[in-house]
Amino acid sequence: MALVTHHPDPVAPAPGVRPLPARRRIRLPGGALLGVVPFFAYVVVFLAIPTLVVAIGAFTGDSGGFTLDNVARLGDSYILTAFGRSILLSAVTALVGAVLGALLGYALVTAKPDGLLRRVVTAASGVLAQFGGVTLAFAFIATIGLSGFVTEFLRDRVGVDIYASGVWLFELPGLLLVYTYFQIPLMVIVFLPALDGIRPQWREAAASLGGSTWQYWRMVAMPLLAPPFLGATLLLFANSFSAYATAAALVSQGSPIVPLQIRGALTSEVVLGQQNLGKAMALGMIVVVAIVMWLYALLQKRSAKWLG
Amino acid sequence: MAGVIRRRARRQRLFRWIVLGVLGVFFLLPLLAMLEFTTRGTGGSFSLETWRLLADWPKLSQTYPDLATGIAASLGQVLLTVGLTLVLLVPTVIWVRLRLPRLRRVVEFLCLLPLTIPAIVLVVGLAPVYAWVTYLLGGSSLTLTFAYTILVLPYAYRSVDAGLSAIDVRTLAEAARSLGAGWTTVIWRVVLPNIRSAVLSAAFLTVALVLGEFTIASLLNRTNLQVAVNLLGKSSATMSVAVSLAALVLAFVLLLLLSLVGGGRRRTSPKETS
Repeated sequence: MALVTHHPDPVAPAPGVRPLPARRRIRLPGGALLGVVPFFAYVVVFLAIPTLVVAIGAFTGDSGGFTLDNVARLGDSYILTAFGRSILLSAVTALVGAVLGALLGYALVTAKPDGLLRRVVTAASGVLAQFGGVTLAFAFIATIGLSGFVTEFLRDRVGVDIYASGVWLFELPGLLLVYTYFQIPLMVIVFLPALDGIRPQWREAAASLGGSTWQYWRMVAMPLLAPPFLGATLLLFANSFSAYATAAALVSQGSPIVPLQIRGALTSEVVLGQQNLGKAMALGMIVVVAIVMWLYALLQKRSAKWLG
Repeated sequence: MAGVIRRRARRQRLFRWIVLGVLGVFFLLPLLAMLEFTTRGTGGSFSLETWRLLADWPKLSQTYPDLATGIAASLGQVLLTVGLTLVLLVPTVIWVRLRLPRLRRVVEFLCLLPLTIPAIVLVVGLAPVYAWVTYLLGGSSLTLTFAYTILVLPYAYRSVDAGLSAIDVRTLAEAARSLGAGWTTVIWRVVLPNIRSAVLSAAFLTVALVLGEFTIASLLNRTNLQVAVNLLGKSSATMSVAVSLAALVLAFVLLLLLSLVGGGRRRTSPKETS
């Protein structure tokens, strides 16, 4: 796409012309600042204000005024349980997704860098990781729902009833399975750059010095890949912790995880004061995700050193 | 040495096909199940009834008016969000690079912020803002554009920023300015053509994200494709699965085109040429 031919010095002065100072220092970039006003105004209205609404609402009582009641109610057993379940769901799917996604990523890296296989898998990963939501819930209902393809196959041909002990698809085990389905592709997208950074020359160097494959992995590749791997795992954790659509489409009764608890607080007209409790839960979510993303940024800095 | 490399290549190929095979089954099975589910006729026969109906827009909007409304709303949201995102973000990012380099960190931080604020949390805070939006502009589903533009900021910013890093914006701008171009000309006729593929990829990602969005639309009581599909799932599961699958395939084709159009040359790292 390069439309510009590179001259050695495109702004070299013609002979006899006194060059203008190339970068005129403007002391007061007031005029320049006007250019970013629309963007900043927009971000304030649609991002900063909503965040403040959540933060302030979490500490506001039903009749206005400052209170710690909402935050204190986060200690209620059912909310604590929901946070616990959310964290468990996110941690398990992040770990499983990270390991399987890393394997798939490595399988791709050993293929041709711009081959069709890699392009198809990367595009498919992009779709499944970002697009998920309601679609994936329906995909799994069609697969292992009560009249799903696999369910019927197993029941009629093999004689196994996977729902003998209850319909687990619409509960936490079902969420674990469906979440893993979108965590693996996300891992592929996030972890591929790090895998691409591992150069074959290092392996050759290790081999020429008499190192075995196992030694190469243990002493060269793994230490290099550990920070980006951990970072990607954290990103996966944040991703499933924030996910809502899949769970909302799959679980219609009860609210096993925090996002669904917030849905309950938002849509319940019955109990007044639920609104601000919802904001307190939302603030709790922000805190968890912020901590995770902060750790992620730290690890990114470490791996940026050699990924360059 | 050559023998070792050949042996390793063989081992890697074996590993590759085992991993791809196992995970491929896991990933393709639900998609095939969707296809099977939508082609089930009465009494276990094969039927294309659902897909025929989906392809027949007038009949579809008669049979499932909610679904037709949802699809139309999503298409409108896609167009408006792509437009608003590009108008708001691209000139700002270019401008900051050229004239206000000190603000670059701030803009980057703001653009990536939506990644740390879950959509479900954003909805909680957006509710009062949307009370105003409804008051000023009415409660049309197209107003979701405002929230979606925030959601796609991180992805759009990353691709535009990567595109700008790949060219020497400063030199280009100075060359154009020294030939007497105004700032508008510089952005519109010098910088933009050079980051065309980055802007295109930002637009594609926006389309995919908006088509798949459910959380905000559902909780702000507006409609779009996903909300309609979810609603339909309660009454006509077959149709909702068909629409889901069609949307998934559409998004996949979009992203595959993107990887074939752009990215081919941009993603080769300088390491490989050295």
